[in-house]
Amino acid sequence: METAKNHFFSDMGVMLGRSMRHIFRSIDTIVTVCITPIAMMLLFVYVLGGAIQTGTDNYVNYLLPGILLIAIASGISYTAYRLFLDKQRGIIERFHTMPISRSAVLWGHVLTSVVSNAISVVVIILVALIMGFRSSAGILPWLAVAGILMLFTLALSWVAAIAGLSAKSVEGASAFSYPIIFLPFISSAFVPTESMPSVVRAFAENQPVTSIVGAIRALLSDQPVGNDIWVALAWCVGILLVAYFFAMRVYKKRV
Amino acid sequence: MQTKSIQVKGLQKSYKQLQVLKGVDFEVEKGSIFALLGSNGAGKTTVVKILTTLLNSDGGTATVNGFDVATKPENVRQSISLTGQFAAVDEILTGRENLILIAKLRYLKSPRLVADDLLRRFGLTDAADRRASTYSGGMRRRLDIALSLVGNPQIIFLDEPTTGLDPEARIEAWKIVKELADGGTTVFLTTQYLDEAEQLADRIAILHEGRIIANGTLAELKKLFPPAKVEYVEKQLTLEEIFLAIVGKKEGA
Repeated sequence: METAKNHFFSDMGVMLGRSMRHIFRSIDTIVTVCITPIAMMLLFVYVLGGAIQTGTDNYVNYLLPGILLIAIASGISYTAYRLFLDKQRGIIERFHTMPISRSAVLWGHVLTSVVSNAISVVVIILVALIMGFRSSAGILPWLAVAGILMLFTLALSWVAAIAGLSAKSVEGASAFSYPIIFLPFISSAFVPTESMPSVVRAFAENQPVTSIVGAIRALLSDQPVGNDIWVALAWCVGILLVAYFFAMRVYKKRV
Repeated sequence: MQTKSIQVKGLQKSYKQLQVLKGVDFEVEKGSIFALLGSNGAGKTTVVKILTTLLNSDGGTATVNGFDVATKPENVRQSISLTGQFAAVDEILTGRENLILIAKLRYLKSPRLVADDLLRRFGLTDAADRRASTYSGGMRRRLDIALSLVGNPQIIFLDEPTTGLDPEARIEAWKIVKELADGGTTVFLTTQYLDEAEQLADRIAILHEGRIIANGTLAELKKLFPPAKVEYVEKQLTLEEIFLAIVGKKEGA
C-alpha cells in the first residue's frame, strides 16, 4: 500500500499551487508588500539621503539590501495570516483527515512564502535600478545574494508559521512581524553603525540584519565579503533550525 | 465479511481537568445512518475528532473500517472523509477548483471529470466558476459535502451538517445524506436537532455527560417511554411548513 510519505512532493506541489493562486487572486498583498519598502526607499534616497554620510556616493546601492530585508519581513506576515485562516476555517482539519502527508500542508505555505517574497524582491530591485542602483557584480555574487535572501526568507517563514499556528486572532497572527520589520533600522542598513551611541551600536553590530546587509552589500559591489557572509549564514541557518523545530512542535500539538 | 463500519469501546478523553468522554461505547452498521445526538458541549465533536484521527483518545479503543484509529491512522484516512461543523471550503478558489484540489490530493486519475460530476450532482454547475466566498450558506454546505465525496470514501462523518442552514438548505442536506446511505456509504452524523435524527437515522445514540445513555432505533427509543395517550388535537401548521410552502412555490423546486 502506498503511504503518505511517498506523496510528500506531489502533495506539496498541490498545496503550493493552491496558495500561489491565493496570492495571484489578491494582487493587493504583493502590492502592499512592495509599496511600503519602495516608499521607504524613495524617502531615504530623495529626502533623508542627502544628509546621511555613508562614505559612498551612491546611497541607493547602500540602502537596497536593508530595504529588501524589510520587504521580506513584511511579506512573511502574510504567510502567518494565510496559515491562520486555514487553521481557523477548518481547512487544515479537512486535509488532516485525508491520506496525505501532513507536513506537506505546512511546507506548502512556507514555499509559497519563499516564491512570493522572491517576486517582491525582484520588483523592488527593478525600481531600485530606475532610481540609480548599479552593481558591478557578476553571476556568482548575484546567486550568492539570491541564496542568502532565500535562506533569510525561509528562516522567517518558519517563524511566521509559529505565529500563524499559535495565534488566537488575525491581528495576533501578523503582529509578530513588526519588531522584525523594525530590526533593520537599528542596524547598518540605513546609516553606518559608527554614528550610533555605544550601547545601540553594540546591539546594531551584533544583530543578524547588520551581517546580512553587510554580506549582500559587499557581494553586490564586488568587494571581499570577509566574515560577514559566514556570520549571516550562521544567523539564517540558526534561526531556520530553531524556528522549524518549534513550528513543527506547535503544528503537532495544536492542529 | 465485516459488517461494522465503526466500533467504539470505552472511549475516554479529557481536556486538562475536564473529563469530556467517560467511556463511550457504540457500533455502526455498514451502510447505515447513525446519529449521535447531544446538547452543545456534550462531546459529540470530540468523538468525531477521535474517529477521524484528528485527536488521540486517552483510553478505550476505536476502529473505523476495521482499522484502529490510534495505530493505523493512515488506513483509517483512506476510508473516511469529514465534513466539519463549519464549511471548510477554500473561499478564494472557485467551487470547481475546490473539488479539483481535493481530487488531486486523493490522487484520482481525472480530477476535472470528478469535479464536473459532483458539481452536477449537487446543483452547483452554474456556480462552478465563481469563488466560494460568493456562495450562500446552503451552497457552501453543499460544496462542503461534495468535497467529502471526492474519491467515494466508504464512511462519511458529518459534524452538525445543518447547523446554521435555512430550512430549505436543511432539507436539501437531508436528501443528500439519504442518497449517500442508499448508495451504500456509511454515514455518521452528529446533531443537536431531534427532528434531524428522527428524519435520517437508522440508529440514534444519545451522548450525555460523557456517556451514551440511550442507543437504538427510533422505535426502540420510543419504547423506553410509556405509550402515548391518544388525544384528538387539531393539527396546526408549523411556521416551518408555512415558510416552505410559500417559498417552495416561488422557486418552483
